[in-house]
Amino acid sequence: MKSRYSPTYWLGMSIRQVLVVFASLVSLFPVYFMTVSALKTKSEYIANKWGLPVSLYLQNFNTALSGEKFFERFANSSILTVGSVCISLIIACLAAYAFARMEFFGKRTLFSIILSLMVVPPVVMIIPLFVSMVRWHLVNTYQGIILIYTGLLLPFSIYLMTNFFRAIPREIVEAARIDGCSNLGIFWRIMMPLSAPAVITLIVVNALWVWNELLIALVFMQKDELKTLMVGISALRSRNYVDIPATMAGLLVATIPIVVVYMFGQRFFIRGLTGGAVK
Amino acid sequence: MFRKIEPYLFIAPAVAVFLLVFAYPVLRLSILSFQRPSGGKMAFVGIANYRAILNDSVFLQAARNNLALLICVPIMVVIALVLAIFLFERIRGWQLYRTTLFLPYLLPIAVVGLIFSYIFQLSGVLNELLASVGLQALALDWLGSTHLALPTLMFVIVWKEVGFGIVLFLARLMSVEEELFDAAKIDGANWWQLQWYVTVPQLGAVIEFFSIVSVITMLSWVFGYVYVMTGGGPGNSTMVTELYIYLTAFRYNQMNIASAVAVLLLLVTGIFIFLELRLREGSSVVEAAG
Repeated sequence: MKSRYSPTYWLGMSIRQVLVVFASLVSLFPVYFMTVSALKTKSEYIANKWGLPVSLYLQNFNTALSGEKFFERFANSSILTVGSVCISLIIACLAAYAFARMEFFGKRTLFSIILSLMVVPPVVMIIPLFVSMVRWHLVNTYQGIILIYTGLLLPFSIYLMTNFFRAIPREIVEAARIDGCSNLGIFWRIMMPLSAPAVITLIVVNALWVWNELLIALVFMQKDELKTLMVGISALRSRNYVDIPATMAGLLVATIPIVVVYMFGQRFFIRGLTGGAVK
Repeated sequence: MFRKIEPYLFIAPAVAVFLLVFAYPVLRLSILSFQRPSGGKMAFVGIANYRAILNDSVFLQAARNNLALLICVPIMVVIALVLAIFLFERIRGWQLYRTTLFLPYLLPIAVVGLIFSYIFQLSGVLNELLASVGLQALALDWLGSTHLALPTLMFVIVWKEVGFGIVLFLARLMSVEEELFDAAKIDGANWWQLQWYVTVPQLGAVIEFFSIVSVITMLSWVFGYVYVMTGGGPGNSTMVTELYIYLTAFRYNQMNIASAVAVLLLLVTGIFIFLELRLREGSSVVEAAG
């Protein structure tokens, strides 16, 4: 076998390092660009687009936060995220318990259907949903869009929780049952506390999805005071005149919650997002 | 008696939501696609809507562009495979690299799209960088030219989506028993042989899964990129099916035409959804991660 320190080994490792470092730089460049631009004045940005800022010009954050109804949109995004994540979590856990621990007619078929819903593109549903929502007076309401988001989050949530519940040893459940615990009791006092890691994973992944969602927010929240942060951001592009550094400051503030949560809960993200495929 | 109906109580809320958000809309959609408004009411017109879209050059362009986006799938598989293997070989700092390479996948498409549209502007960062190293000739109008806009869009899509593949492949590799790699090394396999005869076969099911998910993405989950970065232009050169549906339904108020397109899109993705389902059910899909 080749020595760990032979020239070929060293060369191979260098090539790998160079490629991976290059890929990482490409991955990070837009975030770097956003961050440094947010700290430049307009004239500095034009003169020096990709270098580090000379001075820290924090006025951009002021401009970004006071204009464009930033806080209103931030609040709208937060309401939708919290609402749909909580509701879908409760509904999904109840259903997952039935799929994992109960026997009923049509269980396998229903579970397969739910799995297939995981990748149904939302664009297919927006037209009929819009027609119905108009009739039910749910366009431009939080309830309406939370219902849609809940529906779209459920398939993956049920899938993830079912797999997790299945992995909980049967003996624990049987012991509780012998002690006279009802199904609801087992669900609430045993399954849920034991599932904390899976629940956190699910909350993180679902919150990310709702926070970033664009199409449905665009169609169902048309009133200006109800628009979400992402809809507000996507509208900036079509402006003729844009204060790019201030825009970047706004983007930075919209992205910071995600990056912070990612830094602290990286393993939850990775486990959750790969968990859909890798179990 | 209660024991018999109890499971249904647990799944009832979920089923109710599914009926409201998936089943009923799909039914409605199919009906809408065979109708047209006439005199304040909806009248059945057979397959007239379908015939209309198949003769619409903008729709055909959109469909072609979605097909062109499929080129991204093999590119993403190869990049993800190579980087996942390198990280798996525990090169120095691999955990840090995993963090940075996965980050783009988490960022909002609206934010990413806006940043990239400033990067790719004619007077944007990329062209300034190129000019500063003496490559003015390569400083092109990345998003403003009908030939370049779609490839530029593809770059951004690959940039953002490939991190998922890397992390997925890496998670799978870490669950493979070390002995398998050791045995191959003892038998004298060189690096290429090791990857070809051990790594790739072990990753088979995840590669297949990632490819199917990516195909579905390219056909029906790219709205955000196009909407934010190009709006379908210049001159429909980046029009995609989703944007076509959105514009037809909500800007031009032709709900029925848009419904017909949506039905076609659902049928096409349905094939891949079915494939994905088969893959998940056949438990060849991996027991790994986290």
